[in-house]
Amino acid sequence: MSGKTLFEKVWNAHVVVPETTDTPAVLYVDLHLVHEVTSPQAFSELRERGLPLRRPDRMLATLDHSTPTLPTNADGSRPYANAEAQAQVTQLETNCREFGVELHGWDSADRGIVHVIGPELGATQPGMTIVCGDSHTSTHGAFGALAFGIGTTEVGHVMATQCLLQRKPKTMAIHVDGQLPPGIGAKDLILHIIGTIGVDGGTGYVLEYRGAAIEALSMDERMTVCNMSIEAGARAGLIAPDETTFAWLKGRPRVPQGAAWDAAVKRWRALRSDDDATYDHQVRIDATAVKPTVTYGTHPGMAIAMDAPVPAATNAQERRALEYMKSEAGKPMQGTPVDVVFVGSCTNSRLSDLREAANVLRGRRVADGVRMLVVPGSEAVRRDAEREGLHQIFTAAGAEWRVPGCSMCIAMNGDLAQPGQLVVSTSNRNFEGRQGKGARTVLASPATAAASALAGRIADPREYLVEVAA
Amino acid sequence: MKPITRIHSRTAVLADENIDTDRIIPARFLTTTTREGLGKLCFHDWRYQADGSDNPAFPLNQPQAQGCSIVVAGRNFGCGSSREHAPWALLDYGVRAVLCSEIADIFRGNALKNGLLAIVIDELEHRWLLKHPGIELVIDVRGQFIALPDGGRIPFRLEPFARHCLLNGVDQLGYLLQHTDAITHYEQQEKAA
Ligand code: SF4
Repeated sequence: MSGKTLFEKVWNAHVVVPETTDTPAVLYVDLHLVHEVTSPQAFSELRERGLPLRRPDRMLATLDHSTPTLPTNADGSRPYANAEAQAQVTQLETNCREFGVELHGWDSADRGIVHVIGPELGATQPGMTIVCGDSHTSTHGAFGALAFGIGTTEVGHVMATQCLLQRKPKTMAIHVDGQLPPGIGAKDLILHIIGTIGVDGGTGYVLEYRGAAIEALSMDERMTVCNMSIEAGARAGLIAPDETTFAWLKGRPRVPQGAAWDAAVKRWRALRSDDDATYDHQVRIDATAVKPTVTYGTHPGMAIAMDAPVPAATNAQERRALEYMKSEAGKPMQGTPVDVVFVGSCTNSRLSDLREAANVLRGRRVADGVRMLVVPGSEAVRRDAEREGLHQIFTAAGAEWRVPGCSMCIAMNGDLAQPGQLVVSTSNRNFEGRQGKGARTVLASPATAAASALAGRIADPREYLVEVAA
Repeated sequence: MKPITRIHSRTAVLADENIDTDRIIPARFLTTTTREGLGKLCFHDWRYQADGSDNPAFPLNQPQAQGCSIVVAGRNFGCGSSREHAPWALLDYGVRAVLCSEIADIFRGNALKNGLLAIVIDELEHRWLLKHPGIELVIDVRGQFIALPDGGRIPFRLEPFARHCLLNGVDQLGYLLQHTDAITHYEQQEKAA
C-alpha cells in the first residue's frame, strides 16, 4: 500500500460516514469561522426550522467585511457606508448573542479579518478541518489544516450538524525548488504560481505546497501563499506543519498548554505526506526564477514579472481584460501610472507585510496625486505595528493608517477606488469592479505596492531596498 | 426544494471565460441579510449603463435572449468568491441552468444546492453551443443528457447525490440530520482519544 498525503491524513481523520458511489462523505468540521456577510441567511434558516447550533463552542465570529475602517465619529457612532452595512453588523451581533457564539466585535481587542484572527488566537491548528463562508479560508492551510470556503447553505449545515457533505477532491503537489532571490516575497511567488498553472489550474484539487522554498517561508508568508490557492481554482492549499509552525503557535490563547501542548506537537509532527505518497498531479516551480510579479488583466492568472512584456490577447476575454485594464500588449507593467495604493487584506495585512511596506517607505513621501491606504488585518496587528511606530512611517509618508477590516479588498464598506483609477493592491482579486465600479486592480506584494506609491508608477521595490542597505 | 427533472428553453450565450462571482453580483450588494430579490442586481455593472438604463452590449439584454433560462457560458464560470448570492441572483433573474466546459467548484456546489443546474459538458460540444445561441434545448436530469432540436444528445454527468437531490427535491440538511447518531459517536471517540 502506498503512503498517504498530508491531505489524506487530515481527511481520513474527519470522516464520520465514508462516501459511496451514491452519497458523499459526511465530514466533521473542527472549526467554523463566521463573518457578517455570508451568515445571516444561515442563522435565519436555523431559526425557521427551530434548530439549535450543534457546537457553538467550535465557532468563532468576527466583523470585518462591512465595517468602516475610519475611526468613530465625534458622537461615538461608526461611519458605516450605508444603513444596510450597519444592519448586517447588528444582525451578526444579535445572532451571536442569541445563539451563544463567541464574537470578536467592536469591543474586542482581537477583532480583525476572519483569516487573520483565526491563526492569531491559535484557533487554527494543524490537522484540523476549518470552514468559513468565505473562499479565502484556504489561508489556514498554512498550518497543515484542511481549510476551505463554503456557501451559505453549507454554513447552515455546519451550524446544525458540525458536518458537511463532501466528495474527496484530487491532490496536486506544487514543489517549489531552490530559494526566492533577495527582495522577492511570498506574494510574488504565489502570483507566479497562479500565472503558471492558470486561474483554473487547481479546479477540483487540493494543493500541497512543498519544497525547500516553502520550508524557508515564515508563517505569515505561508499564509499569503495558501490564501491565494482559491485564485487558481483550488478550494484548499496545505503546507505540512514544522518547527516554524509550532514555534509560531506556541502560547497562543486557544492552543493546548503544558503537557497537552507537547502531546499535540507530537501528533502534529506526523502530519506530513509520506515519502511514497502519490498525488493526482504534480507541478514544479523554480523559486530562483521568481521576480517582482504583478497582474496585468482581470483575473489573478493574468500575472507576470513586472518587467516582462504583457502578452498579447489570444481570445475575446483576454482582449476585453486588456482593454479594461488599459494594459498594452508588448509593454511591461512596470512604469504604469498609479492612482491608489492599498496595503491590506487577508493576503497581506499581517505585521510582516506592514514591515515590508514600511521598509520601503521609511523617510520618503508618497508621490503627489497618489492615495495610499494601509489597513492592518486585526487589532493585534494594529497594536504591534503602532508599538513599532510603523503607523508613523506610513502617515509621515502621506498614507492613511486605518482601523482593521477587509476595506478596499472587497470595497463593501465605502473604501473604494473611482472608475478608471489604477490601484496597486496587496489583496487577492483583480476582477472587474472588485475595488469599485470601473476600478483597475493590479495585484502586487506589499513592497511593490509601497515602491509604486513612492514612484507614482508601478516600480520595483528592490531599487528602494538597495538604497537603504547601502 | 422543488424536484427538478427537466428544463426546456432556448439558450443565451455569455461567451467570456472566467466570469467571476463579483461580476455575477458585485460585492457592494452583499450587505443584504436575505436571499430574495437579488435578480435585479444580477450582472449589475455589466447589464446596466451608468444612467441605470440597460446596456445594449450585454448579451442577456438582447431581444433574442429574452425568456432564455439556459445560459451557455465561457470556461470557468463562477470563479472567485464563494458568495451564494451568485446562484440566488441568477435564479431570481430567471436563469435555471448554466452549461460550461468547466465550472468553478464552490459555485457549482452552491448552484446545485439551490436547484440551479450547473452542468459541465464536453469541450467540443461546449464550443459548438457557444457558437449557436438561441438553440432550443431540453435538459433531462434523470437521463443526464441534453436533447438538441435535431434529435442529437449531449451527455453529461452530475454528481450522483446532487442529481438524486434535484430529482427528488431532497433537503440536504434533513439528510445530514439523519446522521446525528454517527456524528455523536464521532465526537465521543474524538473526546476519548
Ligand atoms: S480581506 Fe478580502 S479576501 Fe480576505 S476575507 Fe476580507 S474580503 Fe475576503
